[in-house]
Amino acid sequence: MRRWLLPVLAILILLGIWELYVTLSGVDSLVLPSPHAVLSALIDDRGTLWDNLKPTAAEILCGIALAALIGVLSAVLLHFSGMARRALYPPLVASQAIPIVILAPLLVVWLGFGLLPKLIVIALVCFFPIVVTTLSGLQAVDPDLIKLLRTFDSSRRQTFWRVELPSALPGLFAGAKLAAVLSVVGAVFAEQAGSSSGLGNLLEVTVANLETAEAFATVFVLAAFAILLFALLTLAERRALPWVYRQRETPTR
Amino acid sequence: MIQIEGVSRTFAGRRGGEPVEALRNLSLTVADDQTVAVVGASGCGKTTLLELICGLQRPDAGTVYSPPAALMPQRDLLLPWLSALDNAGLALRVAGFARQRARDQVQPWFERFGLSGFEQARPYELSGGMRQRVAFLRTLLAGKPVLALDEPFAALDALTRAEMQGWLSQALAEERRTVVLVTHDVEEAVLLGDRVVVLSPRPGRVVADIAVAARRPRQRTDAAVVELRARALAALGVPA
Repeated sequence: MRRWLLPVLAILILLGIWELYVTLSGVDSLVLPSPHAVLSALIDDRGTLWDNLKPTAAEILCGIALAALIGVLSAVLLHFSGMARRALYPPLVASQAIPIVILAPLLVVWLGFGLLPKLIVIALVCFFPIVVTTLSGLQAVDPDLIKLLRTFDSSRRQTFWRVELPSALPGLFAGAKLAAVLSVVGAVFAEQAGSSSGLGNLLEVTVANLETAEAFATVFVLAAFAILLFALLTLAERRALPWVYRQRETPTR
Repeated sequence: MIQIEGVSRTFAGRRGGEPVEALRNLSLTVADDQTVAVVGASGCGKTTLLELICGLQRPDAGTVYSPPAALMPQRDLLLPWLSALDNAGLALRVAGFARQRARDQVQPWFERFGLSGFEQARPYELSGGMRQRVAFLRTLLAGKPVLALDEPFAALDALTRAEMQGWLSQALAEERRTVVLVTHDVEEAVLLGDRVVVLSPRPGRVVADIAVAARRPRQRTDAAVVELRARALAALGVPA
Protein backbone atom coordinates (compact mmCIF):
# COMPACT_ATOMS: atom_id res chain seq x y z
CA MET A 1 0.00 0.00 0.00
CA ARG A 2 2.74 2.42 1.05
CA ARG A 3 4.62 1.66 -2.16
CA TRP A 4 1.82 3.07 -4.28
CA LEU A 5 0.88 5.87 -1.96
CA LEU A 6 4.18 7.69 -2.05
CA PRO A 7 4.63 8.18 -5.82
CA VAL A 8 0.93 9.04 -6.24
CA LEU A 9 1.21 11.61 -3.47
CA ALA A 10 4.31 13.12 -5.03
CA ILE A 11 2.56 13.48 -8.41
CA LEU A 12 -0.54 15.00 -6.80
CA ILE A 13 1.53 17.61 -4.96
CA LEU A 14 3.38 18.51 -8.18
CA LEU A 15 0.08 18.84 -10.06
CA GLY A 16 -1.31 20.99 -7.24
CA ILE A 17 1.63 23.40 -7.41
CA TRP A 18 1.29 23.51 -11.19
CA GLU A 19 -2.45 24.23 -11.05
CA LEU A 20 -1.92 26.91 -8.42
CA TYR A 21 0.79 28.58 -10.46
CA VAL A 22 -1.30 28.68 -13.63
CA THR A 23 -4.29 30.12 -11.77
CA LEU A 24 -2.36 32.74 -9.80
CA SER A 25 0.04 33.92 -12.53
CA GLY A 26 -2.63 34.12 -15.21
CA VAL A 27 -0.21 32.65 -17.75
CA ASP A 28 -1.67 32.11 -21.23
CA SER A 29 -3.02 28.56 -21.67
CA LEU A 30 -1.18 28.38 -25.01
CA VAL A 31 2.08 28.74 -23.12
CA LEU A 32 1.27 26.55 -20.14
CA PRO A 33 -2.08 24.78 -19.83
CA SER A 34 -3.32 23.95 -16.34
CA PRO A 35 -3.50 20.32 -15.23
CA HIS A 36 -7.29 20.32 -15.39
CA ALA A 37 -7.15 21.57 -18.99
CA VAL A 38 -4.74 18.73 -19.80
CA LEU A 39 -7.08 16.31 -18.06
CA SER A 40 -10.07 17.44 -20.10
CA ALA A 41 -7.95 17.19 -23.27
CA LEU A 42 -7.11 13.62 -22.22
CA ILE A 43 -10.79 12.81 -21.83
CA ASP A 44 -12.01 14.65 -24.94
CA ASP A 45 -9.32 13.24 -27.21
CA ARG A 46 -9.23 9.75 -25.74
CA GLY A 47 -10.26 8.20 -29.06
CA THR A 48 -7.50 9.97 -31.01
CA LEU A 49 -4.92 9.26 -28.31
CA TRP A 50 -5.82 5.57 -28.22
CA ASP A 51 -5.70 5.25 -32.02
CA ASN A 52 -2.27 6.88 -32.09
CA LEU A 53 -0.97 4.92 -29.13
CA LYS A 54 -1.47 1.63 -30.97
CA PRO A 55 1.08 2.14 -33.79
CA THR A 56 3.56 3.79 -31.40
CA ALA A 57 3.26 0.94 -28.92
CA ALA A 58 3.78 -1.59 -31.71
CA GLU A 59 6.90 0.25 -32.91
CA ILE A 60 8.28 0.45 -29.38
CA LEU A 61 7.67 -3.21 -28.56
CA CYS A 62 9.19 -4.42 -31.83
CA GLY A 63 12.07 -1.97 -31.44
CA ILE A 64 12.89 -3.17 -27.92
CA ALA A 65 12.66 -6.81 -29.01
CA LEU A 66 15.04 -6.10 -31.89
CA ALA A 67 17.37 -4.15 -29.59
CA ALA A 68 17.35 -6.97 -27.02
CA LEU A 69 18.19 -9.53 -29.68
CA ILE A 70 21.01 -7.50 -31.21
CA GLY A 71 22.16 -6.30 -27.78
CA VAL A 72 22.48 -9.76 -26.27
CA LEU A 73 24.17 -11.19 -29.36
CA SER A 74 26.64 -8.29 -29.42
CA ALA A 75 27.37 -8.65 -25.71
CA VAL A 76 28.09 -12.36 -26.18
CA LEU A 77 30.36 -11.64 -29.15
CA LEU A 78 32.25 -8.95 -27.22
CA HIS A 79 32.50 -11.27 -24.22
CA PHE A 80 33.97 -14.15 -26.19
CA SER A 81 36.37 -12.20 -28.35
CA GLY A 82 38.85 -9.77 -26.88
CA MET A 83 39.64 -8.65 -30.39
CA ALA A 84 35.99 -7.86 -31.12
CA ARG A 85 35.80 -5.97 -27.82
CA ARG A 86 38.77 -3.80 -28.65
CA ALA A 87 37.68 -3.30 -32.25
CA LEU A 88 33.96 -2.74 -31.78
CA TYR A 89 33.49 -1.02 -28.44
CA PRO A 90 34.59 2.43 -29.70
CA PRO A 91 32.24 2.36 -32.75
CA LEU A 92 29.45 1.16 -30.44
CA VAL A 93 29.98 4.16 -28.21
CA ALA A 94 30.19 6.40 -31.27
CA SER A 95 26.84 5.08 -32.49
CA GLN A 96 25.28 6.62 -29.39
CA ALA A 97 26.68 10.03 -30.21
CA ILE A 98 24.75 10.22 -33.48
CA PRO A 99 22.02 12.83 -32.92
CA ILE A 100 18.74 11.03 -33.52
CA VAL A 101 17.19 14.32 -34.67
CA ILE A 102 19.56 14.25 -37.68
CA LEU A 103 19.45 10.53 -38.29
CA ALA A 104 15.67 10.04 -38.18
CA PRO A 105 14.82 12.22 -41.23
CA LEU A 106 17.76 10.69 -43.15
CA LEU A 107 16.40 7.22 -42.49
CA VAL A 108 13.04 8.36 -43.83
CA VAL A 109 14.75 9.57 -47.00
CA TRP A 110 16.62 6.29 -47.35
CA LEU A 111 13.94 3.83 -46.27
CA GLY A 112 10.60 5.58 -46.68
CA PHE A 113 7.71 6.12 -44.32
CA GLY A 114 7.24 2.51 -43.23
CA LEU A 115 7.96 0.73 -39.98
CA LEU A 116 11.63 0.01 -40.72
CA PRO A 117 13.16 3.49 -40.14
CA LYS A 118 11.27 3.73 -36.81
CA LEU A 119 12.49 0.33 -35.71
CA ILE A 120 16.04 1.31 -36.53
CA VAL A 121 15.85 4.53 -34.51
CA ILE A 122 14.28 2.82 -31.49
CA ALA A 123 16.67 -0.13 -31.66
CA LEU A 124 19.62 2.24 -31.96
CA VAL A 125 18.80 4.08 -28.74
CA CYS A 126 17.79 0.89 -26.91
CA PHE A 127 20.49 -1.60 -27.70
CA PHE A 128 23.40 0.27 -26.13
CA PRO A 129 22.29 0.00 -22.48
CA ILE A 130 21.46 -3.65 -23.08
CA VAL A 131 24.93 -4.38 -24.50
CA VAL A 132 26.72 -2.56 -21.69
CA THR A 133 24.80 -4.09 -18.77
CA THR A 134 24.72 -7.60 -20.25
CA LEU A 135 28.43 -7.54 -21.05
CA SER A 136 29.34 -6.39 -17.56
CA GLY A 137 27.15 -9.18 -16.16
CA LEU A 138 28.94 -11.75 -18.33
CA GLN A 139 32.33 -10.46 -17.26
CA ALA A 140 31.54 -10.16 -13.57
CA VAL A 141 31.42 -13.92 -12.92
CA ASP A 142 33.67 -14.85 -9.99
CA PRO A 143 37.04 -16.04 -11.37
CA ASP A 144 37.16 -18.74 -8.69
CA LEU A 145 33.93 -20.16 -10.11
CA ILE A 146 35.50 -20.31 -13.56
CA LYS A 147 38.51 -22.13 -12.05
CA LEU A 148 36.22 -24.59 -10.30
CA LEU A 149 34.48 -25.37 -13.58
CA ARG A 150 37.81 -25.80 -15.33
CA THR A 151 38.72 -28.52 -12.85
CA PHE A 152 35.40 -30.16 -13.80
CA ASP A 153 36.67 -30.15 -17.43
CA SER A 154 33.94 -27.73 -18.40
CA SER A 155 34.21 -26.47 -21.97
CA ARG A 156 33.99 -22.78 -22.77
CA ARG A 157 30.47 -23.39 -24.06
CA GLN A 158 29.36 -25.28 -20.97
CA THR A 159 30.70 -22.54 -18.72
CA PHE A 160 28.82 -19.98 -20.76
CA TRP A 161 25.44 -21.71 -20.67
CA ARG A 162 25.60 -23.00 -17.11
CA VAL A 163 27.18 -20.05 -15.32
CA GLU A 164 27.93 -16.94 -17.33
CA LEU A 165 24.61 -16.46 -19.10
CA PRO A 166 22.43 -16.96 -15.98
CA SER A 167 24.75 -14.59 -14.08
CA ALA A 168 24.23 -11.95 -16.77
CA LEU A 169 20.41 -12.05 -16.66
CA PRO A 170 20.04 -9.42 -13.89
CA GLY A 171 22.23 -7.11 -16.00
CA LEU A 172 20.14 -7.81 -19.08
CA PHE A 173 16.99 -6.82 -17.20
CA ALA A 174 18.61 -3.65 -15.89
CA GLY A 175 19.55 -2.72 -19.44
CA ALA A 176 16.09 -3.56 -20.75
CA LYS A 177 14.48 -1.28 -18.14
CA LEU A 178 16.70 1.61 -19.23
CA ALA A 179 15.92 0.77 -22.85
CA ALA A 180 12.17 0.75 -22.20
CA VAL A 181 12.27 4.35 -21.05
CA LEU A 182 14.61 5.51 -23.83
CA SER A 183 12.50 3.75 -26.47
CA VAL A 184 9.63 6.18 -25.91
CA VAL A 185 11.83 9.18 -26.69
CA GLY A 186 13.24 7.36 -29.72
CA ALA A 187 9.75 6.61 -31.03
CA VAL A 188 8.75 10.29 -30.83
CA PHE A 189 11.79 11.42 -32.81
CA ALA A 190 11.26 8.68 -35.39
CA GLU A 191 7.60 9.56 -35.90
CA GLN A 192 8.18 13.29 -36.06
CA ALA A 193 10.65 12.69 -38.89
CA GLY A 194 8.12 11.06 -41.12
CA SER A 195 4.86 9.48 -40.15
CA SER A 196 1.15 10.02 -40.53
CA SER A 197 0.16 8.37 -37.28
CA GLY A 198 1.45 7.65 -33.81
CA LEU A 199 1.83 9.74 -30.69
CA GLY A 200 5.00 11.38 -32.04
CA ASN A 201 3.10 12.50 -35.09
CA LEU A 202 0.22 13.71 -32.93
CA LEU A 203 2.69 15.69 -30.83
CA GLU A 204 4.11 17.27 -33.97
CA VAL A 205 0.64 18.28 -35.17
CA THR A 206 -0.69 19.58 -31.85
CA VAL A 207 2.43 21.63 -31.14
CA ALA A 208 2.25 23.16 -34.64
CA ASN A 209 -1.43 24.03 -34.08
CA LEU A 210 -0.68 25.58 -30.69
CA GLU A 211 -2.97 22.98 -29.05
CA THR A 212 -0.77 22.98 -26.00
CA ALA A 213 -3.16 21.12 -23.68
CA GLU A 214 -3.54 18.36 -26.29
CA ALA A 215 0.24 18.17 -26.66
CA PHE A 216 0.60 17.83 -22.89
CA ALA A 217 -2.04 15.10 -22.89
CA THR A 218 -0.03 13.24 -25.54
CA VAL A 219 3.11 13.49 -23.44
CA PHE A 220 1.14 12.20 -20.48
CA VAL A 221 0.12 9.10 -22.45
CA LEU A 222 3.74 8.55 -23.53
CA ALA A 223 4.92 8.81 -19.93
CA ALA A 224 2.22 6.44 -18.71
CA PHE A 225 3.26 3.94 -21.38
CA ALA A 226 6.90 4.18 -20.28
CA ILE A 227 5.90 3.53 -16.67
CA LEU A 228 3.80 0.56 -17.78
CA LEU A 229 6.70 -0.96 -19.72
CA PHE A 230 9.05 -0.42 -16.80
CA ALA A 231 6.61 -2.01 -14.36
CA LEU A 232 6.01 -5.01 -16.64
CA LEU A 233 9.75 -5.59 -16.95
CA THR A 234 10.18 -5.36 -13.18
CA LEU A 235 7.40 -7.90 -12.76
CA ALA A 236 8.91 -10.21 -15.37
CA GLU A 237 12.28 -9.93 -13.66
CA ARG A 238 10.81 -10.94 -10.30
CA ARG A 239 9.18 -13.91 -11.99
CA ALA A 240 12.18 -15.00 -14.01
CA LEU A 241 14.94 -14.33 -11.46
CA PRO A 242 13.41 -14.98 -8.03
CA TRP A 243 16.85 -15.58 -6.48
CA VAL A 244 17.94 -12.00 -7.10
CA TYR A 245 15.20 -10.65 -4.86
CA ARG A 246 15.15 -13.45 -2.33
CA GLN A 247 18.85 -13.08 -1.75
CA ARG A 248 18.50 -9.38 -1.09
CA GLU A 249 15.69 -9.93 1.37
CA THR A 250 17.45 -12.67 3.33
CA PRO A 251 20.08 -11.45 5.76
CA THR A 252 22.93 -13.83 4.90
CA ARG A 253 26.04 -14.79 6.82
CA MET B 1 50.33 -40.22 -6.43
CA ILE B 2 51.06 -36.52 -6.60
CA GLN B 3 54.70 -35.61 -7.23
CA ILE B 4 55.86 -32.04 -7.03
CA GLU B 5 59.56 -31.45 -7.50
CA GLY B 6 61.53 -28.27 -7.13
CA VAL B 7 58.64 -26.05 -8.12
CA SER B 8 59.01 -22.27 -8.25
CA ARG B 9 56.33 -19.79 -9.20
CA THR B 10 56.65 -16.04 -9.43
CA PHE B 11 53.92 -13.56 -10.38
CA ALA B 12 54.63 -10.34 -12.22
CA GLY B 13 54.10 -7.35 -9.96
CA ARG B 14 51.08 -5.20 -10.51
CA ARG B 15 51.76 -2.03 -12.49
CA GLY B 16 55.51 -2.08 -12.27
CA GLY B 17 55.60 -3.26 -8.65
CA GLU B 18 58.02 -5.89 -7.39
CA PRO B 19 57.34 -9.37 -8.74
CA VAL B 20 55.85 -11.67 -6.09
CA GLU B 21 57.61 -14.98 -5.53
CA ALA B 22 54.88 -17.32 -4.31
CA LEU B 23 56.75 -20.63 -4.20
CA ARG B 24 60.48 -21.38 -4.22
CA ASN B 25 61.91 -24.83 -4.86
CA LEU B 26 58.99 -26.65 -3.27
CA SER B 27 58.89 -30.44 -3.32
CA LEU B 28 56.04 -32.56 -2.06
CA THR B 29 54.86 -36.11 -2.62
CA VAL B 30 51.38 -37.29 -1.70
CA ALA B 31 50.61 -41.01 -1.77
CA ASP B 32 47.29 -42.29 -3.11
CA ASP B 33 44.39 -42.04 -0.68
CA GLN B 34 46.45 -39.92 1.66
CA THR B 35 45.18 -36.70 3.18
CA VAL B 36 47.85 -34.04 3.36
CA ALA B 37 47.09 -30.85 5.25
CA VAL B 38 49.18 -27.89 4.14
CA VAL B 39 49.46 -25.09 6.69
CA GLY B 40 51.15 -21.75 6.44
CA ALA B 41 50.68 -18.06 7.06
CA SER B 42 48.40 -16.06 4.77
CA GLY B 43 49.93 -15.44 1.38
CA CYS B 44 52.50 -18.22 1.53
CA GLY B 45 51.47 -19.62 -1.82
CA LYS B 46 49.02 -22.25 -0.57
CA THR B 47 46.40 -21.42 -3.17
CA THR B 48 49.09 -21.35 -5.88
CA LEU B 49 50.10 -24.85 -4.81
CA LEU B 50 46.53 -26.09 -5.22
CA GLU B 51 46.15 -24.44 -8.60
CA LEU B 52 49.35 -26.12 -9.76
CA ILE B 53 47.97 -29.48 -8.66
CA CYS B 54 44.69 -28.76 -10.45
CA GLY B 55 46.51 -27.77 -13.62
CA LEU B 56 45.13 -24.22 -13.48
CA GLN B 57 48.69 -22.84 -13.48
CA ARG B 58 52.05 -23.97 -14.79
CA PRO B 59 55.21 -23.77 -12.68
CA ASP B 60 58.06 -21.48 -13.78
CA ALA B 61 60.54 -24.17 -12.79
CA GLY B 62 60.30 -27.75 -11.58
CA THR B 63 57.68 -30.36 -12.38
CA VAL B 64 54.19 -31.09 -11.15
CA TYR B 65 52.64 -34.46 -11.69
CA SER B 66 49.14 -35.09 -10.43
CA PRO B 67 46.19 -37.26 -11.41
CA PRO B 68 43.13 -35.19 -12.37
CA ALA B 69 42.09 -33.00 -9.43
CA ALA B 70 38.84 -31.24 -8.59
CA LEU B 71 38.92 -27.96 -6.68
CA MET B 72 36.80 -26.87 -3.74
CA PRO B 73 37.27 -23.11 -3.43
CA GLN B 74 37.30 -21.17 -0.19
CA ARG B 75 33.83 -19.70 -0.65
CA ASP B 76 31.08 -22.13 -1.51
CA LEU B 77 30.22 -20.30 -4.80
CA LEU B 78 26.95 -22.21 -5.12
CA LEU B 79 24.82 -21.00 -8.03
CA PRO B 80 21.86 -19.07 -6.61
CA TRP B 81 19.49 -20.11 -9.40
CA LEU B 82 19.94 -23.84 -8.82
CA SER B 83 18.53 -26.02 -6.04
CA ALA B 84 20.96 -27.64 -3.59
CA LEU B 85 20.55 -30.93 -5.44
CA ASP B 86 21.35 -29.40 -8.84
CA ASN B 87 24.29 -27.46 -7.39
CA ALA B 88 25.77 -30.68 -6.04
CA GLY B 89 25.29 -32.30 -9.45
CA LEU B 90 26.94 -29.48 -11.42
CA ALA B 91 30.01 -31.51 -12.34
CA LEU B 92 27.79 -34.37 -13.53
CA ARG B 93 25.77 -32.01 -15.72
CA VAL B 94 28.97 -30.56 -17.15
CA ALA B 95 30.10 -34.12 -17.89
CA GLY B 96 26.97 -34.57 -19.99
CA PHE B 97 24.55 -36.32 -17.62
CA ALA B 98 20.87 -35.57 -18.26
CA ARG B 99 19.20 -33.56 -15.53
CA GLN B 100 17.23 -36.42 -14.01
CA ARG B 101 20.13 -38.83 -14.14
CA ALA B 102 22.36 -36.34 -12.35
CA ARG B 103 19.72 -35.88 -9.67
CA ASP B 104 19.38 -39.65 -9.21
CA GLN B 105 23.14 -39.86 -8.72
CA VAL B 106 23.23 -37.05 -6.17
CA GLN B 107 20.18 -38.08 -4.15
CA PRO B 108 21.75 -40.93 -2.11
CA TRP B 109 24.64 -38.61 -1.17
CA PHE B 110 22.21 -36.10 0.29
CA GLU B 111 21.05 -38.78 2.68
CA ARG B 112 24.60 -39.76 3.59
CA PHE B 113 25.68 -36.17 4.14
CA GLY B 114 22.73 -35.20 6.31
CA LEU B 115 21.14 -32.99 3.68
CA SER B 116 17.88 -34.92 3.32
CA GLY B 117 14.90 -32.64 2.97
CA PHE B 118 16.99 -29.81 1.55
CA GLU B 119 17.19 -31.11 -2.03
CA GLN B 120 14.99 -28.32 -3.39
CA ALA B 121 16.33 -25.57 -1.13
CA ARG B 122 18.10 -22.65 -2.79
CA PRO B 123 21.60 -21.84 -1.52
CA TYR B 124 20.41 -18.76 0.37
CA GLU B 125 18.03 -20.94 2.36
CA LEU B 126 20.86 -23.16 3.63
CA SER B 127 23.05 -22.63 6.69
CA GLY B 128 26.76 -21.98 6.19
CA GLY B 129 27.64 -25.56 7.18
CA MET B 130 25.11 -27.03 4.78
CA ARG B 131 26.33 -24.85 1.92
CA GLN B 132 29.84 -26.09 2.54
CA ARG B 133 28.65 -29.69 2.53
CA VAL B 134 26.86 -29.17 -0.79
CA ALA B 135 30.02 -27.53 -2.17
CA PHE B 136 32.14 -30.46 -0.98
CA LEU B 137 29.70 -32.92 -2.52
CA ARG B 138 29.83 -31.01 -5.82
CA THR B 139 33.63 -31.40 -5.87
CA LEU B 140 33.52 -35.03 -4.73
CA LEU B 141 31.01 -35.98 -7.45
CA ALA B 142 33.31 -34.62 -10.14
CA GLY B 143 34.79 -38.11 -9.73
CA LYS B 144 38.43 -37.03 -9.82
CA PRO B 145 41.00 -39.07 -7.89
CA VAL B 146 42.38 -35.95 -6.20
CA LEU B 147 40.47 -33.39 -4.14
CA ALA B 148 42.05 -29.96 -3.72
CA LEU B 149 40.37 -28.22 -0.79
CA ASP B 150 41.21 -24.55 -0.34
CA GLU B 151 40.49 -23.52 3.27
CA PRO B 152 37.02 -25.05 3.03
CA PHE B 153 35.86 -23.92 6.47
CA ALA B 154 37.58 -20.54 6.77
CA ALA B 155 34.32 -18.63 6.28
CA LEU B 156 32.40 -20.52 8.98
CA ASP B 157 31.93 -19.58 12.64
CA ALA B 158 34.04 -21.53 15.14
CA LEU B 159 31.25 -23.83 16.31
CA THR B 160 30.13 -24.80 12.82
CA ARG B 161 33.75 -25.20 11.76
CA ALA B 162 34.42 -27.71 14.55
CA GLU B 163 31.32 -29.63 13.56
CA MET B 164 32.29 -29.63 9.89
CA GLN B 165 35.82 -30.81 10.64
CA GLY B 166 34.39 -33.88 12.37
CA TRP B 167 32.03 -34.40 9.47
CA LEU B 168 34.72 -34.09 6.78
CA SER B 169 37.04 -36.44 8.67
CA GLN B 170 34.30 -39.07 8.64
CA ALA B 171 33.33 -38.42 5.04
CA LEU B 172 36.95 -38.86 3.90
CA ALA B 173 37.31 -42.03 5.96
CA GLU B 174 34.33 -43.51 4.09
CA GLU B 175 35.23 -42.15 0.67
CA ARG B 176 38.97 -42.52 0.32
CA ARG B 177 40.54 -40.01 -2.01
CA THR B 178 43.87 -38.32 -2.35
CA VAL B 179 43.30 -35.03 -0.62
CA VAL B 180 45.36 -31.88 -0.42
CA LEU B 181 43.76 -29.63 2.17
CA VAL B 182 45.07 -26.12 2.51
CA THR B 183 44.37 -24.31 5.77
CA HIS B 184 45.76 -21.67 8.08
CA ASP B 185 44.32 -23.50 11.08
CA VAL B 186 46.96 -25.80 12.57
CA GLU B 187 44.45 -27.65 14.71
CA GLU B 188 42.30 -28.37 11.66
CA ALA B 189 45.38 -29.70 9.88
CA VAL B 190 46.21 -32.09 12.72
CA LEU B 191 42.61 -33.24 13.09
CA LEU B 192 42.13 -34.01 9.39
CA GLY B 193 45.52 -34.83 7.90
CA ASP B 194 47.48 -38.05 7.67
CA ARG B 195 50.38 -35.65 7.30
CA VAL B 196 50.82 -32.01 8.11
CA VAL B 197 53.08 -30.06 5.78
CA VAL B 198 54.21 -26.68 7.09
CA LEU B 199 55.07 -23.98 4.55
CA SER B 200 57.34 -21.03 5.25
CA PRO B 201 56.13 -17.46 4.68
CA ARG B 202 56.48 -16.23 1.11
CA PRO B 203 58.21 -17.57 -0.90
CA GLY B 204 56.67 -20.82 0.29
CA ARG B 205 58.74 -23.95 0.74
CA VAL B 206 58.32 -26.96 3.01
CA VAL B 207 59.83 -26.36 6.47
CA ALA B 208 58.29 -29.35 8.27
CA ASP B 209 56.55 -32.56 7.27
CA ILE B 210 54.87 -34.16 10.26
CA ALA B 211 53.22 -37.60 10.12
CA VAL B 212 50.03 -37.78 12.16
CA ALA B 213 49.64 -41.31 13.44
CA ALA B 214 46.88 -40.57 15.96
CA ARG B 215 43.79 -42.77 15.71
CA ARG B 216 40.53 -41.40 14.23
CA PRO B 217 38.17 -39.97 15.18
CA ARG B 218 40.48 -37.45 16.76
CA GLN B 219 39.47 -34.99 19.41
CA ARG B 220 41.15 -31.63 19.71
CA THR B 221 41.88 -32.50 23.37
CA ASP B 222 43.71 -35.78 22.56
CA ALA B 223 47.26 -35.68 23.94
CA ALA B 224 48.72 -36.65 20.55
CA VAL B 225 46.75 -33.91 18.77
CA VAL B 226 47.84 -31.29 21.28
CA GLU B 227 51.47 -32.35 20.99
CA LEU B 228 51.47 -32.36 17.16
CA ARG B 229 49.73 -29.01 17.11
CA ALA B 230 52.53 -27.58 19.26
CA ARG B 231 55.13 -29.08 16.88
CA ALA B 232 53.46 -27.62 13.81
CA LEU B 233 53.13 -24.22 15.48
CA ALA B 234 56.80 -24.33 16.44
CA ALA B 235 57.67 -25.06 12.80
CA LEU B 236 55.62 -22.02 11.82
CA GLY B 237 57.65 -20.00 14.30
CA VAL B 238 54.78 -19.41 16.70
CA PRO B 239 55.52 -20.00 20.40
CA ALA B 240 53.06 -22.63 21.66
